Amino acid sequence: MADDLLTIAGTAFSSRLIMGTGGAPSLEVLERALLASGTELTTVAMRRVDATTQGSVLDVLTRNGIHVLPNTAGCFTAGEAVLTARLAREALGTDWVKLEVIADERTLLPDPIELLDAAETLVDDGFTVLPYTNDDPVLARKLEDVGCAAIMPLGSPIGSGLGIRNPHNFQLIVESAGVPVILDAGAGTASDVALAMELGCAAVMLASAVTRAQDPVLMAEAMRHAAEAGRLAHRAGRIPRRFHAEASSAMAGRADLDTRERPAF
Amino acid sequence: MTRLSSTARADVLVIGGGVIGLAVAWRAAQRGLRTAVVDPSPGGGAGRVAAGMLAPVTELQYGEEPLLRLGMASNERYADFAAELTGASGGQDTGYRRCGTVAVALDSDDREELRELHAFHRRLGLESTWLTGREARKLEPMLAPGVRGGLHVADDHQVDGRRLLTALLQACENAGVLVHRAEAVELLVEGDRAVGARLSTHETLAAGQVVLAAGPHSHRLAGLPGGVLPAIRPVKGQVLRLRVPDAYRPFLSRNVRAVVRGQHIYLVPRENGELVIGATTEEQGYDTTVTAGGVYELLRDAHELVPGLTELPLLETSAGLRPGSPDNAPLLGPTALPGLVAATGHYRNGVLLTPVTADLVAEYLATGELPELAQPFTPTRFSPARSTTKALA
Repeated sequence: MADDLLTIAGTAFSSRLIMGTGGAPSLEVLERALLASGTELTTVAMRRVDATTQGSVLDVLTRNGIHVLPNTAGCFTAGEAVLTARLAREALGTDWVKLEVIADERTLLPDPIELLDAAETLVDDGFTVLPYTNDDPVLARKLEDVGCAAIMPLGSPIGSGLGIRNPHNFQLIVESAGVPVILDAGAGTASDVALAMELGCAAVMLASAVTRAQDPVLMAEAMRHAAEAGRLAHRAGRIPRRFHAEASSAMAGRADLDTRERPAF
Repeated sequence: MTRLSSTARADVLVIGGGVIGLAVAWRAAQRGLRTAVVDPSPGGGAGRVAAGMLAPVTELQYGEEPLLRLGMASNERYADFAAELTGASGGQDTGYRRCGTVAVALDSDDREELRELHAFHRRLGLESTWLTGREARKLEPMLAPGVRGGLHVADDHQVDGRRLLTALLQACENAGVLVHRAEAVELLVEGDRAVGARLSTHETLAAGQVVLAAGPHSHRLAGLPGGVLPAIRPVKGQVLRLRVPDAYRPFLSRNVRAVVRGQHIYLVPRENGELVIGATTEEQGYDTTVTAGGVYELLRDAHELVPGLTELPLLETSAGLRPGSPDNAPLLGPTALPGLVAATGHYRNGVLLTPVTADLVAEYLATGELPELAQPFTPTRFSPARSTTKALA
């Protein structure tokens, strides 16, 4: 959709899928899945990769022209996250960061206090910050206020595949956000992605739903179609929901057929 | 050290003296080929750190059915391979143990994952029995009471990688393999054919065929033409070794695996009382540092699985580098460069795939024919040049 680009911090993307790399059965499968998804931006955990090694996941991204979005997965404090982001900037030469500050290992939910602290510090340090956040409209607004380039609320916990548990909160976030809102975490299958786009998300971030699928490449293709379909539906504008039926053709003006010739029941 | 003069010529020169390189060399020598191995510290490599679980069935992943076939073929050969090796090495025991494996889940999410693996086993006709939590704990009473279910795979066994390496090195020497304790610093190529290697000692070794078995260093050998081998990336794994005192024996009687909140962990109890806990999976380049976080995560998950193990002495922490190919499967057989044969990229399955790799590669070295079983794993499956570059947005 060349006429409908996703723009984050002045950079335009034609794909509305941001991919993660965790959980892929092999680099070869990951590469084919990324290509099938059409993604142009893919996130990599900086604590799990070495930028100097040949044959790493970074090589896969580079040779396919996919932008690398380093993330701070595994950090529990603002201090760790800021340090990890700075190391990533040095290693990869990008000031973009997907900011994750996790509260505990059981839920992997974001720690809102640490997250806001880290976001403020990193924005101040010149980073383009995309924070992984709770689906809390107030926190989303505060993250935008400190200068984040996008808001990435979770639909449900990381890796759970439970979809968007509170669509209403997503609508509230989308309604007031001046930056792109990107579903991060929770998508389990294609309909979750389509729903996110229909709710007005600018993009969807996916990892497990693709990498842990029985056929990751096929699922990646499904997700690409879902993002496109959901986006088109959002732009087209859905019909209002009604309690009772409404015939698609009005009765007035229809041909008046002679009912006497019908067979008797 | 035995010195081969620069004019002497071997039939086969194996670069890398880990489990794969030594086993290939031993088998090649048995076929009557004059064989040499070059490695600065032969008997090293990832096999020294690995737990040595022989688990093609419990480690099965979607899309890796060809690898399963190779792994099962190797597993079936292991008993004979180990017995023959013990004979050929003057009685060195390899620690091969036909103990089976139980894979368990600690919560309902992990149980669902295990259920899915079981269903996959059933579709492929593999021997795999579902256990309730109580049945799993009847097999292994030291398992945590919270175990929610499990799988028993009777044919996934174990071997001791360290003793395997010792036996292989001895068997090689007994079979007349010349072992050069030096580094191969350059592959020698003449007229588009690999003809030998130059060593760190400035010696030159000429050979009819060169086998590259250098794990994650394979693609970095100077002189190797571009596009012949994909990068074999190092994937770090940290491993712990504990000891089960006599009073606690047997403690565990078979390999125990688990998914603990999505993280895979395994415990491999040896007959001699060693208990190996592994392993992390980290893409950190060639770094083999043991980290606090790595040890913590292994102990945390192992403790959740088998609470009593915190009483055991902790003998050793170590880290090794798995040689990771792009599709996780090994590279076996002739490369695009005549005279150069690959036996590398075994990722997490090096110890398991040692017998079958040695048989298949030695068959190729002796006859020029690559057996059918190895056909899906030729190095040429990776196209050297990719043209899928896409314009940056």
